Parts: sequence; C-alpha cells; structure tokens
Amino acid sequence: MAALLKNRHLTGWLLASPLAAVLAFFLVLPILMIVVVSFWGATEFSIYPAFQFDNYHFLLTSPVTLQVFLNTFKYALVTWALTLGIGFTVAYFLAFHVRSQTWQIALFLLCTIPFWTSNIIRMISWIPFLGRNGLANSTLISWEVIDEPLEWLLFSDFSVILAFVHLYTLFMVVPIFNTMMRIDRSLIEAANDAGATGFQILTNVIIPLCKPGIMIGSIFVVTLVMGDFITVRFMSGSQSANVGRLISNDIALLQYPSAAATAVILLVTVLMVIGTLLRFVDIRKEL
Amino acid sequence: MTQATKTGLSRRTLLTGAAAGVAASAFPAPMIWAQNIKDITLRQFGTGVSNLNEVAQKVKEELGFTLEMTALDSDAVTQRAATQPKSFDIADIEYWICKKIWPTGNLQAMDTSKIANYDKIVGIFRSGKLTPESTIAQGTAPHSVGFTSGPGGKDFVAEESGWMTLIPTIYNADTLGIRPDLIGRPIESWTELLNPEFKGKASILDISSIGIMDAAMVCEAMGEIAYGDKGNMTREEIDKTMAIFTEAKKAGQFRAFWKTFDESVNLMASGEVVIQSMWSPAITAVKSRGIPCVYQPLKEGYRSWGGGIGLSANLSGLALDAAYEYINWYLSGWVGGFLMRQGYYSAVPETSKDFMSENEWGYWFEGKPATDTITNPQGQPMAQAGDVRDGGSFHDRMGAVACWNAVMDENQYMVRKWNEFIAA
Repeated sequence: MAALLKNRHLTGWLLASPLAAVLAFFLVLPILMIVVVSFWGATEFSIYPAFQFDNYHFLLTSPVTLQVFLNTFKYALVTWALTLGIGFTVAYFLAFHVRSQTWQIALFLLCTIPFWTSNIIRMISWIPFLGRNGLANSTLISWEVIDEPLEWLLFSDFSVILAFVHLYTLFMVVPIFNTMMRIDRSLIEAANDAGATGFQILTNVIIPLCKPGIMIGSIFVVTLVMGDFITVRFMSGSQSANVGRLISNDIALLQYPSAAATAVILLVTVLMVIGTLLRFVDIRKEL
Repeated sequence: MTQATKTGLSRRTLLTGAAAGVAASAFPAPMIWAQNIKDITLRQFGTGVSNLNEVAQKVKEELGFTLEMTALDSDAVTQRAATQPKSFDIADIEYWICKKIWPTGNLQAMDTSKIANYDKIVGIFRSGKLTPESTIAQGTAPHSVGFTSGPGGKDFVAEESGWMTLIPTIYNADTLGIRPDLIGRPIESWTELLNPEFKGKASILDISSIGIMDAAMVCEAMGEIAYGDKGNMTREEIDKTMAIFTEAKKAGQFRAFWKTFDESVNLMASGEVVIQSMWSPAITAVKSRGIPCVYQPLKEGYRSWGGGIGLSANLSGLALDAAYEYINWYLSGWVGGFLMRQGYYSAVPETSKDFMSENEWGYWFEGKPATDTITNPQGQPMAQAGDVRDGGSFHDRMGAVACWNAVMDENQYMVRKWNEFIAA
C-alpha cells in the first residue's frame, strides 16, 4: 500500500480525480446531454428521441439566425471595446496614480459596491432613468439642451450596451488591476531612465505586461455578453434579439431540441472566439 | 403499565367510535370530511390573473384546506402542465393552453353532475353561444375544447358530454388600451395600432398565441388580409400578417414588446406607450395610479379569452373530493364577485350578484352609470359616480367578441415566424 502510494503517477491521478469527477459530472455530462438532445425531435408539448438534423437545418438556413448572431457579435464587440477602455483606465489609475495602498484598497472596494445588489436590479434601474419622461430626458430638457425627449435613450441598442458596460466593466478592472500590481516598478524606472516618454512606457512596458489580465477580462466580458439574454430583453424592450433570447424563446415554447441546437452552435462560436483570443497570449506562461 | 394504557386507549377509541357513529348517522359525510380535510393541501398554479392570495385565504377560512398558489406566465404554465404533471394538483389555465396539453393526459375529465351550478354556467362555455341567436367567434372557442368523451378521454367532443376538461372560472373581452390624455382624439378601430401617428409609442404583447390574434385583428381591420379563420390561419396568412408587422417594427412603430402584466402597466403609466395590447386589470392598475387610461372598445370587436380550472390526473380520493369542493365553492359567488370587481367575468355571474353591491353589479355587469364611487377589491377608487364601464354591459362586451385566443394547426410554424418577427 505504502509502496503504491509512493508511485508518483498513481498519486498524481488520485489527486486529480476528485476535480475530474466533479467536472465530468457537472460540466461534461450536461454538455453531452445538450448535444444529444439537439438531434431530437419535438412536438407541441413533448420531445422524443431521434437522430435528425431538422433543428440544425432550420437554424442554419433561417436568415434570422445569421442576423441574430451578427447582432450578438456586435453587442460583444462594442461592449468589449468600451469595457476595455474604461476598465484599463480605472485599473491604471488605481495601480499607478494612487500611491497609498490603503487608498488603493478603499477605491477598489468602492468599485465593487454596485455588486452588492442583484444584476437585474442594477439593470432595471436604468429604465426609469432613461425613459421618455425619465430623469435623463427631463434634465436635458430643463437645461434646454434638447427640445424633444430623446427616444433612443431607452429600448434601443444604446441602452442595451450601456447596461452591459455598466454590468461588466468590473470584470475587466479586476484582472487588469491584478496584473498591473505585479509589474516590477523598477522596470518603469528603468524605462524612465532610458528616456522613454510616459506614452512609450504605457505602450512598450505596461500594456505588454498587462496582456494576461486584459485577456482574462476579455474572456469574462465576451462570454458574459454572448450568453446573456435577460439584459437584451429588458433594455431593448424585447425589440432586439441575441442568441440567448432565441434559446430562451425556444425553451418557453417547449422546443428544447431546437434550443439545444442553438446552444451547441453558440457554444462552438464562443469557444472559437476564446480560442482565437488565447492565440494572442499564453495565459499559462504569463500567470 | 403498557397493558393498562392499551386498555384505556381501546375503551376511549370505542367511545369515540360510537360517538362518531351517532354523529355520522345524524349528519352523514361532512363530519368525517371536516376532520380530515384540514390536512389536505392542494397545489394550484396558473397565470397571475386568478392566482390571488385572497382566494387562498378565503379557501382556508371557508373550506378548511390549504391552497398553495404559484403564478407563472402563460408559456411557463403551458410548459409545466405539459412536462411536470406531478408538480400540481390544480391547473388554472386558459382554454387555448388546454387545447395544447389535454392530449398529454396530464389532466383528468371532470364529472359535471358533481358541479352544483353547472346549469347556471353561461352558454359560451357550454353550447358556445352567449344567447341562442349569437354566432360563435373564430379561434379556440372555449366550448370547442371544454368537453371530452368520458373519464380518461384525451379527445374533445362538440356536445355537452357531461365530462368537462376545464371548469370555466374567469374570462374577458380584450381590446387595446389607450392613454386618452396623450392621444387626444377618439380611437375606434384596431388599425390605429399601426397608425404612423403613434410611431414609437405603440406596443404589442410578446406571447405568440395571443399576439398573433391582436395582429390579425389589426391586419383584418386594415383590409390588408381577409382571413378564412383568424384562429386557424394558413401559412400564407401567417406570412402576410407577420410581414405587415415586421415592416411596422422596422419603421419604428413599436416602443417595446411586453411579456408580463407589470411590464404593460409600466409602459402605459410612464407614457412610453400610448396605445397597446392590454389586459383589463392592467388598465385598472394604471387608473389606480391616477393616470387616465381607457380600455377602448373598437368597432371590429374584441379578442376574448377564457380560463378554467383543470384537475391533475394524479388527484384521487379525499384530495379529489376536496378539489370538487373547491370548484363548487369557486362557482358559488364569492370569487366571482372578487374577480368581477377587477373587470373580469365569472362563469356563473348570477351567483356573484349576492356578493356585490347593487352599484357594483350595475357598473361592472350591466353597464349602468355608477351611483357611487367604485373601488377595486383592495379598496382603491376606480371610478366615480356617473362613470360608465368602457364597452358597456356584459352582453355588449361578450356579445361583440370577434375571436378567441387560439392555438392553430400551424402553431409551430406560427411560433417560428413570431420569433423571427421579434428578432427582426
């Protein structure tokens, strides 16, 4: 027994097995189930086992699918760019401008305060603010900036992206801040001594060293936005659709196989996006 | 010691037994009934309209058993009734949902001879006709899915077979809700929903089987499409209807689509929307905030819906008896009065009369001007003396039904097209 346990390979396998079992049961198995169901058929009120490509056929030939996927990418891309810009700036400020560690921690915690309430409440509270007779419009009118209320503030792509950025910027701030704090300050001093300007330091030293953080934040934001359905539903007033809403509509109408097929395609798409992102940075090496 | 206890117990049991025997012979079933029924819990689920906590409380007071209520949206209700038959005892569903789920066998047929007020149920739910002269509207009319061939039946039969699928409880005639203060002119036709005058200020509900009917009412009123049967459209008719609405959507006609009751109230109350599909209590809710809102009768008629109570196939024994007791109580008037004060109708209106004041009955049912302030069940004022209900009396409103909420033969096709419309 003792000899067995000393066997390096065996202990390695044993140590890894609990996690492997958990992942197999709670991650791999459900995904396999989804893949299996995506080939099933459905009637009004039931699903039946089958092996048919109807769901995929409908999905891949419907012009709406393409449009909805493009819309999903649009949301993901715009949200990613904005959260990256804002997130990087906030992290940079926290890491390099705030000198005292106490203040750094205090300000960092301040960023997390909105997370004390639920995601949905944070999102829905935009609705009365942005509405036709909402706070934003009435303020602008009373300042005489505009005469007519702005219609596009609410139930538009603008409001959807605004909510996304509001909800997910912190997911960008945290990993970037984390990598920034690990940057050896003497590198910056060295760059300074070598005559680099502030901008050169940013582009040649800080950004390359922040890549893993940026990448992790990007993965968070992209997957969250691509998988979302509730933000799009509420903030667009059900007028826009992304892939998540297609799935939730199918589920509501008991079309599980069709929902599963859409989910499989979404999963493949998201994995491809992440795979592409990971080609730029080797997260393992950098961490 | 043990022995003594046993003897004592058995003697006492004997005595109680004798007493119960005497009692039972004097008042047959109810005695035993009343003792066991307190332990019964019936789980009811349905759409928000009739899942009211007030009803559950009253059931506890008057019938003694516990009624657990769960409110869900129409899609979720259908899903649950179809896929989780063990999760409920009583399904409070609409007739078009019944058409979908009855064939699953998850509900059991109900013996009308056990329904005390069966003969007083309005004609709409029995022969399909409100009065003998009425014509039957298009769509899934309640009587067409209201009866089955017998216990265990999974089919629908046209005649009153004595076995009901759902016991009708609540129904209404729906139309468009408008904000008269923001529109400032009379609205008379369904076509106004797509009138460019209301660009960016209109809304329609995003529940496919109801939304398509509103859409059809509009397209028909515009003269764009002549339907064979709005309640059972052909693929071509569905395509045409959705094309007209998709075009309007792309032109920015709609401000939003709503899926839940609260969303419709908020859209209207905030002024985001001035004309939209709406449900009667949503109008009530907007009005009780002091905002003018009218449930506008339109010349093409109403889109109507009806709901009823279905019993789970798993119910049996005492629980089944309790469920019948509950149904009989439901139709006996108190609930009807409660629902009618919110603008719905009861399946047995005459029993509700005793539970409403003359003023309330006159206003809600007979379409007479109110003689005093009308309040909702929570006591908030809804109408002042002299006001008349939008659309008038029961017979004026239910007599002008143009179609019922429906499930079509081409339902799956319609749902896909509807999804495309939402995504467009």
